Amino acid sequence: MTPNLHLWLIPVLPLVGTAVNGLFGKKFSRQTVAAVALLFSGAAFAMALFVASRFSSLTTPHIEFLATWIRAGKFQADFAFYLDQLSLVMLLVVTGVGFLIHIYSVGYMWEEGGFYRFFAYLNLFMFFMLTLVLASNYLLMFIGWEGVGLASYLLIGFWFTKDSAAAAGKKAFIVNRIGDFGFLIALFLLIKHFGSLNFDQVFQSVIPMGAETGGAGLLTAVGLLLMVGAAGKSAQIPLYVWLPDAMEGPTPVSALIHAATMVTAGVYMAARSHVIFDRAPAALTVVAITGTLTALFAATIGVAQTDIKKVLAYSTISQLGYMFMACGVAAYSAGIFHLMTHAFFKGLLFLAAGSVIHAVSGEQDMRLMGGLRTKIPWTFWTMTIATFAIAGIPPFAGFFSKDEILWRAYQASWVYWFIGLFTAFLTSFYMFRLWFMTFFGEYRGATEDAPAHLALDIHSDTRAGAPAPHGHGGIHESPPLMVIPLVVLAVLSFTGGWIGVPGSLGGSNRFDKFIGPVFHSTVTALGAEGHGVATAEREAEGPEAQAGHGTELIFTGISVFAGLLGFGLAWLLYYRKPQLPQQIAAGLGGLYQAVVHKYYIDELYAALFVKPLIAGSALILWHGIDQDVIDAALDNSAHGAREVSDSVRHMQSGNLRSYAGWVAAGAAVVIAYMVWIGTR
Amino acid sequence: MVPISYYLILSGILFACGVTGFLIKRNIISIFMSIELMLNGVNLSFVAFAAQWHALSGQIFVFFVMVVAAAEAAVGLAIIIAVYRTRETLNVDQVDLLKL
Repeated sequence: MTPNLHLWLIPVLPLVGTAVNGLFGKKFSRQTVAAVALLFSGAAFAMALFVASRFSSLTTPHIEFLATWIRAGKFQADFAFYLDQLSLVMLLVVTGVGFLIHIYSVGYMWEEGGFYRFFAYLNLFMFFMLTLVLASNYLLMFIGWEGVGLASYLLIGFWFTKDSAAAAGKKAFIVNRIGDFGFLIALFLLIKHFGSLNFDQVFQSVIPMGAETGGAGLLTAVGLLLMVGAAGKSAQIPLYVWLPDAMEGPTPVSALIHAATMVTAGVYMAARSHVIFDRAPAALTVVAITGTLTALFAATIGVAQTDIKKVLAYSTISQLGYMFMACGVAAYSAGIFHLMTHAFFKGLLFLAAGSVIHAVSGEQDMRLMGGLRTKIPWTFWTMTIATFAIAGIPPFAGFFSKDEILWRAYQASWVYWFIGLFTAFLTSFYMFRLWFMTFFGEYRGATEDAPAHLALDIHSDTRAGAPAPHGHGGIHESPPLMVIPLVVLAVLSFTGGWIGVPGSLGGSNRFDKFIGPVFHSTVTALGAEGHGVATAEREAEGPEAQAGHGTELIFTGISVFAGLLGFGLAWLLYYRKPQLPQQIAAGLGGLYQAVVHKYYIDELYAALFVKPLIAGSALILWHGIDQDVIDAALDNSAHGAREVSDSVRHMQSGNLRSYAGWVAAGAAVVIAYMVWIGTR
Repeated sequence: MVPISYYLILSGILFACGVTGFLIKRNIISIFMSIELMLNGVNLSFVAFAAQWHALSGQIFVFFVMVVAAAEAAVGLAIIIAVYRTRETLNVDQVDLLKL
C-alpha cells in the first residue's frame, strides 16, 4: 500500500510564496512579506517532516506520479517525484536549513531595499532546489538544476547596482552553463541508448551491464559528462572560480545557496547516479581525483584570504571536494553524510559570519576585526561550535563525517587519504585563523564609538568605501531573529554527527544503515574490483571488520591530531605571536603571493578563455559576420532600394499635368504596340 | 452617305484636342472641359460604328457614357468648388501638396 503523500506540495508551496511576494510584495509591508516567505518555506519544512514521519511505512523508492509532461514516441518524462532515503535526507536538509536561513534573513535584510524581491527569489530557489531533489527523472532534475542556477544568479546579483555583484552573477551563470552543457550531453546519451530518463528505467537498464574495466564505454562517457555538470554546479576544479565571486550576494544567500544546498546538488546527482558511476571505474577515478585535488587546492587558497566570506567560500569548495572524494571511492553514504553535516556547520559559519559583518557594520576584512569575543557572545559561541565542527574535532558533527570519508578514502588509496588528511590540517588551520583573527586579540577596526555616519552600510563594499546613509553605531549583537537560527544550527552542528558514529567508536553508524539500501542494492555487482573493495569490506560485517576497527581507530586518532595541529598552529601564529605570519609571508615571497592571488587562476582563465573569446567575438563574430555580412547585406539592399527609388521618384512630381502626360504616353505606347501587332 | 472614315477622323481630332488640352491647360475647369471633349470624341466613334453596323449596343453605350459624364461633371464641379474655396486658385500646378 502506498499512501498518497502529496509530495508535490513540498516544492509547490515555496513557489506560491514566490508568486505572492513577487507579484504583490511591492505593496506589502515588510512584516507581511516576511510572514508570507516564512509561512510557505515553513510549510514546506512541515510537509517534509510529515513525509519523514510516514517514511518507514513506505516501500522505497516511493514514486508519486503527478502529471504527464512529455510523451514522444517511446520516450516519456513526467512530473513525478521520487522519494527514497537519499532524497529524504536532502529534503530535510534543504527545507530545514532553508527555513532557518529564511528566519535569519528576515533579521539580516530588514533594512535593505528590495526586501520583497529578496524573499521572492529565496522562495524561488527553494522551489527549484526541491524539484531537483525530488525529481523522478533526469529531465525534471535538470529543470531544478537550471532553476537553482537562475535563483543563484538573481541572488548573487541582488545588489545589481554594484558592478562587481552584477559581474559575479554573470560569472556564476556562465561558468555553470559550461557544466550544464556536459550534463545535457549526458542526458542525450542516456536518451539515445536507454530511451528514457526516468531513474527507474535507466538504472534497470544499467544494472545488468558489467563494469567497464577494460576500456571506456558508454557508461564512462555518461559518468564523465555528469561529472562535468557536477563540477560546474558544485564548484570543483576546473569550474570552481565562480563560487568565491558569488560572495557578492547577501550573506544569507551565501549560506543557503553557496554553502548548504545548491552547491551540493552535484554531490547529490553523483550519488543518485551511483549505478552508472559504479560501472565506470575510470569516471569514478576522475571524480575521486578531482575531489581530492579541489579539496587541497581550495584549502591552500583559503589559508591566505583576508575576507571572512572568501575564506568560507574556499572552505566550501574544499569541503565539496571531500564529498566528491567520497563519491569517487564509492563511499556515497559518507559523502551524503558529510553533505548533511556540512550543510549544518557551513550554513552556521556563514550565518555567524553575516552576524559578525552585521556587528561591525559591513566590514568583511578580518584584519580589521578582532576582539569581538565579548561583544557578540552569541555569535562567538555558535561560530566556535561550527569552527570546531569543520575542523574535525570530536564530538562535533564534522568529525564523524570527515573521518568516515578519510577512512573510506584510505581503503581505496593511501594517496587520497594523505591529501585528505593534509587538507584536514589546512582546514583546521585556516578556520582557527579566522576564529582567532575575528574574535581574539585587539579590535583593529575603526574605533567603536565612531560616529554613525562613518559606519558602513551592511552591504557596501569596503573597497568602495562609500559611507552609507544609515549607521549602526557601535559593535552590537544581532537581533533575536538572527540569533535563534544560529543557535539551532549550532545544536545541529554539535549533535548532527551522532547519527553516524562508526563502529570503531562504539556506535553503529545508523546514518549509513539508513541510507545504505539506496547504494547497496546495486554496488555488489561490482564485486571485488577496484573501488568496490571498500564496499565489499563494509558489507562483510564479520571478524575482519572487527579487526579493522583497531586500524580505523588509529586513523581516527591521526585525523584528530591533524585537526589539533591546525588549531595549535593557528593559535601560535594568530594569537600568540601575531607578527609572525607577516614574517613567514615575507619569507615565502612568490609562493605567498601566488596563494594570495589564488594561484592567478582567474587571470589564467581570463588570458586563456575570456580574452580570446571576447577578441574573437569582436573581430570575427561582431565585425566580421555581424557587421560585414549580416548588417552589410541588409544595409546594401536598403541602400540599393533607395538608389532605385531615388531615380524613379522624379516621376512623382506632384504636377498633375505631368501625370496626365505619362498616362497619355503609356496609352500611345499601348496603341503603337497594338497597331504593330495588327499590321505584322 | 458620308463614309465612316470621316466620322472617325473627326472623332480622332476631337480626342486629340481633348488630350492636348488636358496636358497643356492649367485651369482645372479647362482640363475638365478637355475631358468632356475626349469623352465626346469617343462617343462620336461609337455612334458612327453603330450606324455603320446597324447595331444598337453602340448607341446604348453612348447613353451610358453620357450618364457617367453627367455624374462626373457633378462630382468634379463640386471638387473644383471645394478646391477653390480652400486654395483660392484653380491652377493645378499650385495644387501639389502630395509633391515630394
